[in-house]
Amino acid sequence: MSEPLLPPIGMLAELTHRCPLQCPYCSNPLELLKANRELDTQTWLDLFSQAADLGVLQVHLSGGEPTLRRDLEQLIAGLSARGVYTNLITAGVGIAEGRIEAFAEAGLDHLQLSFQGARPATTDRIGNHQGSHDKKLETAHRARAAGLPLTINAPVHRHNIEEVPEFIDLALSLDAERIEIANVQYAGWALANRDRLMPDLAAVNRQAEIVAAARERLAGIMDIDFVTPDYFAIYPKPCMGGWARDAFMVAPDGTVLPCHAAQTIPSLRFERFGERRLAEIWTDSPAFNAFRGTEWMQEPCRSCDRREVDWGGCRCQAMAIAGDAAATDPACIKSPIHKRMAVLTDAAQAEAAPEGNESFIFRRIGATTRPDALA
Amino acid sequence: MTALRERAIVSLRSAPSLPKHVRIQYDPVRQAFAVLSPEKVFWPNEISLDILRRCDGQSTVDRIIAGLAADYDADPEDVAADVIAFLQEWSDKLLVKL
Repeated sequence: MSEPLLPPIGMLAELTHRCPLQCPYCSNPLELLKANRELDTQTWLDLFSQAADLGVLQVHLSGGEPTLRRDLEQLIAGLSARGVYTNLITAGVGIAEGRIEAFAEAGLDHLQLSFQGARPATTDRIGNHQGSHDKKLETAHRARAAGLPLTINAPVHRHNIEEVPEFIDLALSLDAERIEIANVQYAGWALANRDRLMPDLAAVNRQAEIVAAARERLAGIMDIDFVTPDYFAIYPKPCMGGWARDAFMVAPDGTVLPCHAAQTIPSLRFERFGERRLAEIWTDSPAFNAFRGTEWMQEPCRSCDRREVDWGGCRCQAMAIAGDAAATDPACIKSPIHKRMAVLTDAAQAEAAPEGNESFIFRRIGATTRPDALA
Repeated sequence: MTALRERAIVSLRSAPSLPKHVRIQYDPVRQAFAVLSPEKVFWPNEISLDILRRCDGQSTVDRIIAGLAADYDADPEDVAADVIAFLQEWSDKLLVKL
């Protein structure tokens, strides 16, 4: 049974891969694009206009660091003119004076600011950028002063999982409406650094209790979005709400993708905006149709009651761990290789270097071009 | 540093409004009203939409209830319970300001 194809609601626009930070869990692909591969202003504006025509209601402006695009104000204004809800996802480092106000003026609806740690030393070490924590605090104050609603994003892993209570306090002190406590998803750079980032089970369980208690305590005060860690899960997440179901993303060069890591699935070929119209890519692209709905599923997904709850989970995680993009996400307890998740988390603990001595593969252009050598 | 917010509790005298990061918008593609918020899009049913539309920062909960009871020809006490529960839930999620 296949459901009718619905228009997409959300779009993640990775405007650039350039970034002042070098977080070892970055969701960008290992092969980062240089500035000369980025779409120009007019092409982004055309793409946004076609996205609005197609039914996109929300655009998340991300990167890399999207504020490195000098035309960001123009892009926000273009989206705003079409009534699209705009969310800027920024590292908040090095934003020139007056620009945050200009984003607000252009119609920005919401700003999401990442913190690599709740403590300055952690933020600076994980992002490999001295002084970044203080700059982020300043960005938060400037955003609030410009009247922008604020979400604090805290990507969680072994080196900051004990800072979760401090992250919550930090977000409150910055007058944020929301905090995302987002356990790192092991794709992209995070997969390359998995053994250096994976937390242990005891810390994961403590974190879950802390978040549950904070949610109760902070009802009506601050919204807490909790992205749970897949490797410790019983059921998988409906990654992207289901493959090509209601959201998609666009890489800096205009490649239209169902998710961040889709390019790690070697059998798929993706199309670029400009070669075809967005509506055609959404509807007809073989890569988008490859895992749409439930027809592609194998057992145990195919006959599972949850097949339209989690849509088989993450295709890229199935690729990375099961070696088959059409397999059940190994995060699922029904996956025949679910036990491998525990083996991998245990192996990561055995490999753990003493705190401060870990040798991250920091995210930067040219750090690696051979994903298979690292994963 | 700003003063710590407190959880707001719905009263009949609250004058609810939508915060800046939440807006109601007609979607011509789906021919329905959507509520847009930072990471989520909601598709409210007719009654929820009617409540949210009256959250203009001027009308009190009292007046919102009376207006809905009249429009739907319903018992104001039943309407009151539903409206108060709805607004408390949305306020707790920071989607309505009281």
